[in-house]
Amino acid sequence: MAKRTIELIVNGDRYELAVDPWRTLANVLREDLRLTGTKVGCAQGDCGACTVLLDGRSISSCLTLAVEAHQREVTTIEGLAPSPDELHPIQEAFVQHGAVQCGYCTPGMVLAAKHLLDNNPAPSEAEIRAGLSGNLCRCTGYNKIVDAIGAAAKKISDTGKEA
Amino acid sequence: MMMPHFTVHQPDSLEEALDLLGRHRSSVKVFCGGTDLLIKMRSGALSPDHLVSLTRVKGLRTISYAESDGLVIGGAARLAEVGKNAEVKKLYPALAHACSVMATVQIRNMGTVAGNLANAAPSGDTLAPLLAYGASLVAVERGGRRQIKLTDFFTGPGLNVLEPLEIIEAIRVPDPPPRCGSAYMRLSARSKVDIAAVGVAGFMNLDLDGKVIRCRLALASVAPTPVRCPEAEAMLEGQKPDDTLLAQAGAACVRACRPIDDVRATASYRRAMVQALAQRVLAKCYAQAAGGEA
Repeated sequence: MAKRTIELIVNGDRYELAVDPWRTLANVLREDLRLTGTKVGCAQGDCGACTVLLDGRSISSCLTLAVEAHQREVTTIEGLAPSPDELHPIQEAFVQHGAVQCGYCTPGMVLAAKHLLDNNPAPSEAEIRAGLSGNLCRCTGYNKIVDAIGAAAKKISDTGKEA
Repeated sequence: MMMPHFTVHQPDSLEEALDLLGRHRSSVKVFCGGTDLLIKMRSGALSPDHLVSLTRVKGLRTISYAESDGLVIGGAARLAEVGKNAEVKKLYPALAHACSVMATVQIRNMGTVAGNLANAAPSGDTLAPLLAYGASLVAVERGGRRQIKLTDFFTGPGLNVLEPLEIIEAIRVPDPPPRCGSAYMRLSARSKVDIAAVGVAGFMNLDLDGKVIRCRLALASVAPTPVRCPEAEAMLEGQKPDDTLLAQAGAACVRACRPIDDVRATASYRRAMVQALAQRVLAKCYAQAAGGEA
């Protein structure tokens, strides 16, 4: 059961890695690439803390094998801000609305929100809640998170800026 | 919580996938979304030495519809893709609904309809709608392919008639006739994310006088496998359903189920909800069928 050489495109950067085939994408992102913004909560696809985008779709990186992401594009929370001095509108709205408490669910929440707004730029509150249903916040600060995503959607459409 | 060690094979073609299954037959599993399989492997319930991944098999993710052929869902088509497909939404709304509300957004972006069938949980959300549509699946192995009616597929909780070296190549759903309606309703404690405690799917089509030509009902989470309700279906066929008949059909559905008490619901609650949901599903099917072709 030899290691496999894979190529990952993470936040626009290309990495060549030798990985054991049974390792998850979450594990490789955190341990090999030191991108520890991606969290692991339940490790069974229920909590959403490990959410990343794979070719633009939100997925649970704890249930995705790293070898399956070979030559595909991964976006983690570290890759969302347009520059080191600027936050993505979703991140900015989370800060402004106090949507971050302990912070453990936040990277997954933000990426789930990104997937939602990419597919539905003007969601209703019910659609935001449905879009976040795969992400648990045990501080239970859901209202502020929902508010933040609503505000981010508005800001993105107002500025015509690409999410 | 430790993942066991295994090798992953990522073939480009179905032929290659079948060869790999044969070569590693002593300890191999077909792998695609991974949302059920990897959890079972992490828990130690399964520990194959080899996984044959279908994610890179060309053509297997296709979803196609033609009047002559009906709907063909490729074995690697993801739940979210099926749920968003314009033709599925228009012609197979019960299936589209199941694929858009089950599990989580992330799981729907990963898991496949074929995997949901292969996993054969009695609560699987696509199972009842596909049974109501009279679907079948195409299983392929090195010796050839066979078509299996979904009504003959499930044999128990987590069990089905697939052979270890068979792959679900596609799911085939017949073209909906004129004046038909279909619906799927599910109940669970959280209403999102969690496994259904009760699911009811229905399909109905009417003749020009508004009488039921054909009705199919399927129940999830209330028996060791998803079940059809032949008694209720027969009561409706040839009739113009009114509230009394729908209530009688609901009672026949209750007779078709064999629910248990578990963490998700009690058996008595499940029976009561089968009655209520069956009536609502049938009413919705009838309204749709009477109102047009949707």
